[in-house]
Amino acid sequence: MDLSAINPVLLLASLMVAATPILLAAIGELVVERAGVLNLGVEGMMIVGAITGFAISVETGSPWLGFLAAAAGGAVLALLFALLTQVALANQVASGLALTLFGLGLSSLMGQSYVGIKPPHFAEIDIPLFSDIPVLGPILFAQDPILYLGLALVAGTWAVLKYTRAGLILRAVGENHDAAHALGYKVVRIRVLAILFGGACAGLGGAYISLVRVPQWTEGMTAGAGWIALALVVFASWKPWRVLIGAWLFGGITVLQLNLQAAGVAIPVEYLAMSPYLVTILVLVILSADKSSAPASLGRTFHAST
Amino acid sequence: MKLTKLLATAALALGMATTAMADKTKVGFVYVGPVGDGGWTYEHDQGRKAVVEAFGDKVETVYVESVPEGPDAERVMTQMALNGADLIFATSFGYMDAVQNVAKKFPKVKFEHATGYKTAPNVSVYSARFYEGRAVQGTIAGRMTKSNIIGYIASFPIPEVIRGINSAYIHAKKVNPDVEFKIVWVYTWFDPAKEADAAKTLIEQGADVILQHTDSTAPQAAAQKAGNVITFGQASDMAEYAPLPRVSSIIDNWGPYYVRRTKAVMDGTWESVSTWDGIREGMVKIGEISSAVPGDVKAEAEALRDAIAAGEYHPFTGPLNKQDGTPWLKEGEVADDGTLLGMNFYVEGIEGEIPQ
Repeated sequence: MDLSAINPVLLLASLMVAATPILLAAIGELVVERAGVLNLGVEGMMIVGAITGFAISVETGSPWLGFLAAAAGGAVLALLFALLTQVALANQVASGLALTLFGLGLSSLMGQSYVGIKPPHFAEIDIPLFSDIPVLGPILFAQDPILYLGLALVAGTWAVLKYTRAGLILRAVGENHDAAHALGYKVVRIRVLAILFGGACAGLGGAYISLVRVPQWTEGMTAGAGWIALALVVFASWKPWRVLIGAWLFGGITVLQLNLQAAGVAIPVEYLAMSPYLVTILVLVILSADKSSAPASLGRTFHAST
Repeated sequence: MKLTKLLATAALALGMATTAMADKTKVGFVYVGPVGDGGWTYEHDQGRKAVVEAFGDKVETVYVESVPEGPDAERVMTQMALNGADLIFATSFGYMDAVQNVAKKFPKVKFEHATGYKTAPNVSVYSARFYEGRAVQGTIAGRMTKSNIIGYIASFPIPEVIRGINSAYIHAKKVNPDVEFKIVWVYTWFDPAKEADAAKTLIEQGADVILQHTDSTAPQAAAQKAGNVITFGQASDMAEYAPLPRVSSIIDNWGPYYVRRTKAVMDGTWESVSTWDGIREGMVKIGEISSAVPGDVKAEAEALRDAIAAGEYHPFTGPLNKQDGTPWLKEGEVADDGTLLGMNFYVEGIEGEIPQ
């Protein structure tokens, strides 16, 4: 065993990178579910975001445009879900699952000619002065911009849901869509917007995998990250900061267990391998011991006539 | 009236189409990853294409990608058998029990299971001696490493993977006594993000050679990003990462075997067999050793490859001890296939334990 081989600074830095894709997807899904819609298509939207972002940044040479396109790609797929569930009033669970299957297929079709290509490098921002702080500097202030965007989204979502009128309306729609409708709020419109936001976030999360974390395009490369994000939202009891804790725990322990293995720590590998799932679930279950519960209208279809 | 007529015509057409297809041999393929993984599944799909090319209209192939190892595999194969498949290739170790179960239910359908060891009257197993390629890889790795730390991304603790680690280690150690292996188990065949994380972790801990036993090219990309790290193509050539980081590769060449077995089904000569072919038979190929490798190292690696191909050298030749120091092979003794197929121990010098 040689624990000195593990560099804590690099470990923390890669923890944040590993957590960002699920964080982005989860925070988007959180908004969707708070609006009372269950979209199981996160995985599909992520992978479409991954290929859209990858293709556009390869074609234009700009990772920024790539991320923008990824968000758009995720949102377009989410729009399909919105049409099915909000306009055609289709079953949300079935539509979401179909969206995942469709997204996986569509992405591998779109990605045919992008296998084995290297994307343009996405530069880290060095925040001047701060990034020179010993130890903390490289962890906190020399990451790529999307990682900061993820954190900002968590803070923003929390603030909007808690303190603004828009947030209140969104929650009202999710808790009781009939009451919200009676008050004159456009339930369908609000839900469609939330679904689009969720799609854009999932798309960004997917592109983060294909442009920063791996970086390359491979079919099916999200490999279940969308499902982790979905589970995270539930275990975090639909609260933004808990989603952040969950994502960091999951990403952190994933990276940590690889580090421990490589350093030859004498814990059986099976335990290490299952630890990210176990610890994340445990911590979030303990945290959710308070009375928070799912949005009351979650997964229910709404039509103004009923 | 019109509708009924239309439906009747359609049914008739369908019936005729089915009869027309009946004299075609239908071959199904079950893949563990997507065909675009650039590694393991990609090569199996190349094998499928070779079958299509060889028999043209006489054969119809179907495949299902990203089938998890477990009950889902049983469902997929049952579906294939019900749809009239004559021959089914199940291309991952973890399909073993699913193949056995489905094969019992469909005694007339022939099954071929890759890298497994359970046969039945209608189940053959086939695999390639990847460890021969690992010997060549280990030689290059041992010569090329400067930090003397070689990182190994392992998937599942099964004999197939353990054999590869042992073979690579033995040959790296032979050319470089100071070499050390860091092994990380990721418990997946295909998860690019996780594979990239594993590669990054190993690089951060000082490895400058990354060997992988997972299916995607993600570790190649991670090594390229890190710089000064070399890798080897796994299952497929992965030439898009040459000359650096990818300096060589082990290529699985399934095509000839798939064509031969399909032919056997057509001729009615198919029998249950266990095939384990290596470099000599052409099932394992060593990809072009790139210009990043010095000439003498390249010559040494190619000489080893040729010696294995000629049957003059076996990668597991004594004296070799097991990890705990107990003797395994005496001087000049060669490992038998039975031991190799069930290999569940590290050779002496490798640190760490195999997950049980």
